[in-house]
Amino acid sequence: MTAYILRRIAQSVIVMLAVGLVAFSLFRFVGDPVATMMGQEASQADRAELRDRLGLNDPVFIQFASYMARAATGDFGISYRLQQPVLELIVSRLPATLELALISGFLAFVLGITLGVYTALNRTGWWSGFIMTTSLIGVSLPTFLIGVLLIWVFAVELQWLPSFGRGETVDVGFWRTGLLTPSGRASILLPAITLGLYQMTLIMRLVRAEMLEVLRNDYIKFARARGLTDRTVHFGHALKNTMVPVITITGLQLGSIIAFAIITETVFQWPGVGALFINSVQFVDIPVMAAYLMLIALVFVVINLIVDLLYYAVDPRLRVERSHATH
Amino acid sequence: MQLIKMRDRMNFFTNAWDSDLVWSFRQAPLVMVAALMTTVIVLAAVLAPLIAPHDPFNPATLNLMDGFTPPMTPNAMSGQVYLLGTDNQGRDILSTILYGARISLFVGFSAVLFAMVLGIFVGLVSAWRGGWIDSTLMRVADIQLSFPSILIALLIFGVARSLIPVAYREQMAIWVLIVAIGLSDWVQFARVVRGAALVEKSKEYVQAAQAIGVRPSRIVLTHILPNVMGPVLVIATIGLALAIIAEATLSFLGVGVPPTQPSLGTLIRIGQGFLFSGEWWIILFPSLTLLALALSVNLLGDWLRDALNPKLK
Amino acid sequence: MTEAVLSVRDLRVEFSTRHGTLVALDGVSFDIAPGEVLGMVGESGAGKSLTGSAIIGLLEPPGRTTGGEILLRGRRIDNLPASEMRGIRGKRIGMVFQDPLTSLNPLYTIAEQLIETIRTHQSLTASQARLRAIELLDRVGIPAAARRIDDYPHHFSGGMRQRVVIALALCADPELVIADEPTTALDVSVQAQIIDLIKEICAEKGAAVLLITHDMGVIAETADRVAVLYAGRLAEVGPTQDIIRDPRHPYTRGLMGSIPTLTQNATRLVQIPGAMPRLSDIPAGCAFNPRCPNVTDHCRTARPSLMPLQAFREVACWQADKEGPND
Repeated sequence: MTAYILRRIAQSVIVMLAVGLVAFSLFRFVGDPVATMMGQEASQADRAELRDRLGLNDPVFIQFASYMARAATGDFGISYRLQQPVLELIVSRLPATLELALISGFLAFVLGITLGVYTALNRTGWWSGFIMTTSLIGVSLPTFLIGVLLIWVFAVELQWLPSFGRGETVDVGFWRTGLLTPSGRASILLPAITLGLYQMTLIMRLVRAEMLEVLRNDYIKFARARGLTDRTVHFGHALKNTMVPVITITGLQLGSIIAFAIITETVFQWPGVGALFINSVQFVDIPVMAAYLMLIALVFVVINLIVDLLYYAVDPRLRVERSHATH
Repeated sequence: MQLIKMRDRMNFFTNAWDSDLVWSFRQAPLVMVAALMTTVIVLAAVLAPLIAPHDPFNPATLNLMDGFTPPMTPNAMSGQVYLLGTDNQGRDILSTILYGARISLFVGFSAVLFAMVLGIFVGLVSAWRGGWIDSTLMRVADIQLSFPSILIALLIFGVARSLIPVAYREQMAIWVLIVAIGLSDWVQFARVVRGAALVEKSKEYVQAAQAIGVRPSRIVLTHILPNVMGPVLVIATIGLALAIIAEATLSFLGVGVPPTQPSLGTLIRIGQGFLFSGEWWIILFPSLTLLALALSVNLLGDWLRDALNPKLK
Repeated sequence: MTEAVLSVRDLRVEFSTRHGTLVALDGVSFDIAPGEVLGMVGESGAGKSLTGSAIIGLLEPPGRTTGGEILLRGRRIDNLPASEMRGIRGKRIGMVFQDPLTSLNPLYTIAEQLIETIRTHQSLTASQARLRAIELLDRVGIPAAARRIDDYPHHFSGGMRQRVVIALALCADPELVIADEPTTALDVSVQAQIIDLIKEICAEKGAAVLLITHDMGVIAETADRVAVLYAGRLAEVGPTQDIIRDPRHPYTRGLMGSIPTLTQNATRLVQIPGAMPRLSDIPAGCAFNPRCPNVTDHCRTARPSLMPLQAFREVACWQADKEGPND
């Protein structure tokens, strides 16, 4: 067991290093940091001095190492566009994105599983057909379009909900939250639905497909042949076996929610890290791009690790503790 | 002799009509509608220069006074009727949609084609060579697969743009976009092709061909590739929908096609700015077109996957 | 004569496909007395498993029972509402499936699956049920049952797993046991043990057994009577030894002739020319007529039903009185 954990952690570290290499290459080789920082008028001597100071004349390997060392302590440089330390920028915007991601993830998970189970157990009902058709539309609708349409219906026509921003926020320690004010809660609703709809549709279709697959298995037929009630068969046996792959894939979705937040934040002018990233791509603000890349990679790697460990804990077949192959 | 050939040809069609694949197509009216819709949109987009009532990108023909005309109502100044209205610069919405769909489809198809060729190539090489080439490639694929493709496309696009001198950025934008979306999508193809190729590779006729001395590339192309095209087609169809959505998203975010060649995503972005002032048609019609396109391609892909899945028969 | 435990009268099972309606079982009738083992034999696709599934009410759509009656101790069970049928399954009819690997849910321990089944049919507390479960495992021959009961299915070998399956199927002491190819997926060395176990337990409880298999050897060793199924119709029913010694239906003759024995001096095994027809192509008249050496015009037009031949024997053949080529 511990060998497995160590191996996975080692893999994660390797992935982070690889991503770090990409981020570093971006940082160092794309564009000219000196030119960007000093502008056109600086003299050759000044430039040479800056080069030296920034360590740009050292061997590449050392530059990479120092980049990674600085990254480990949170120093990602200064944003070209905003002239502020990148880490500060990211940290100040992180709570907004995380709140959005968590709320929409929760919505997607709960609704997705419920609807998935329902449509699997009631394959031929009218409601199931309706839900499945709507889900197909959900998968075909780009996230931004959902957001725009929701804004149109609820903010422009009905005027029930705000169309941009977080509303009023409250500072709880270092965390700026919008969940404690009515306007904050109203503001998070549309973005959360927008972000979560696609995920919910995916989860629902996944749960349905998995459950239908599981219901075809022999142990389900045997369970029925033993006289177990439908409830026990469906929820005790079928659901448990469905959840194993569902949980892993859903966990992986959490990471992509944080990435998809880029789109939602743009549509709703939500002040999170996603909006920051888009602006940095538009303005070629390399330090921010590189930092965002590392951050997202870290999130994904950690989530993957947790999901793998979870899988290991839930599926007894993966645990090779005692072998009892006797006749 | 001629009659016999003709009869054979007729039999071919009747047999095809009766085949499981076509039968399942006929059974699902929804899918037929989807196929029809896709064909209509594709045709309209391809023929855009011929059938668009106005040329929305020729500044000489644009009349600012015609701006903000609602659909089907005569313009206050010139009395012109535009089927779907005009936008803020007097461009006919119907025409912009036709040209926009053209760009969207062009990028979408090209991106999927790129991803397919790349994916098939990597999959075949990986399966045929095996060894460390295989494990490295699949490692890379796994890692890439765990990141959302939109992020990868954004990244590639951002990097490419910063590498290209400003003067060329607009020209190259569409190609960079195609490569970015394609590179974010090749993994599915590679995996499926690799899996199927490994299965074929272990079959005896391949080993026999190798023993005779047939060149590997020939074996791969003539034997393995045809057996793999079924699942590839399914992935390509669904991938097309994803590519269209990806392009629309990137263009909406402002990091896609250049403003001089607006795609459906760009149009929607423009339209969003006018939501609050009440000119709803600027955003509605491009949105409906995009939705119709993505939905029908998705339906086709779904149906294809179910129809080609032996387990469900 | 004591009342039959199971009475199947004229059972008809159909499948509706897009090619039309296929008749998978056509007028199957037989009885099983308490304590008796009836073997049902036939090649793959003859409809043996379908018979078992139909009796216990687990026919999978698009198959459905469209005619005939199934009586358990004189009372019809084929037309019961779903909830009542569920009460019968496991409690009065037990079923053992072919593949012990897929019959058990891999995510639950043996204890959990046993206790769940026991408590469905008897009101016992969890600890009482656990004791009974250990008893059962002991009875079916699992060594160190008290320790192994908390193992997962994949910790057991194939033979052991099938013993667990038998314990599960018989834990409520059902009156009728349907064993669908219980040994086909097992090693030859283990097959005899499992068959003996089934026979032993059923004799103990006085249960009636429907033993479905394609293996005539198993039938010869275990079954009191045998029913030969061909293309969904019964060809012959009677005491096992009688049928083996003196088969009257040409198909049965072919079956017996194809079994190698030590006493036969023939140099080649008898082979029946042709193959069993597909459900969509069943010939008119007697289903076997294209392959039959004794065929007459009458056979090609009129379908023979099971007709009594001697005491306790029935044959569905117009030429049953005729002596065969082996006599």
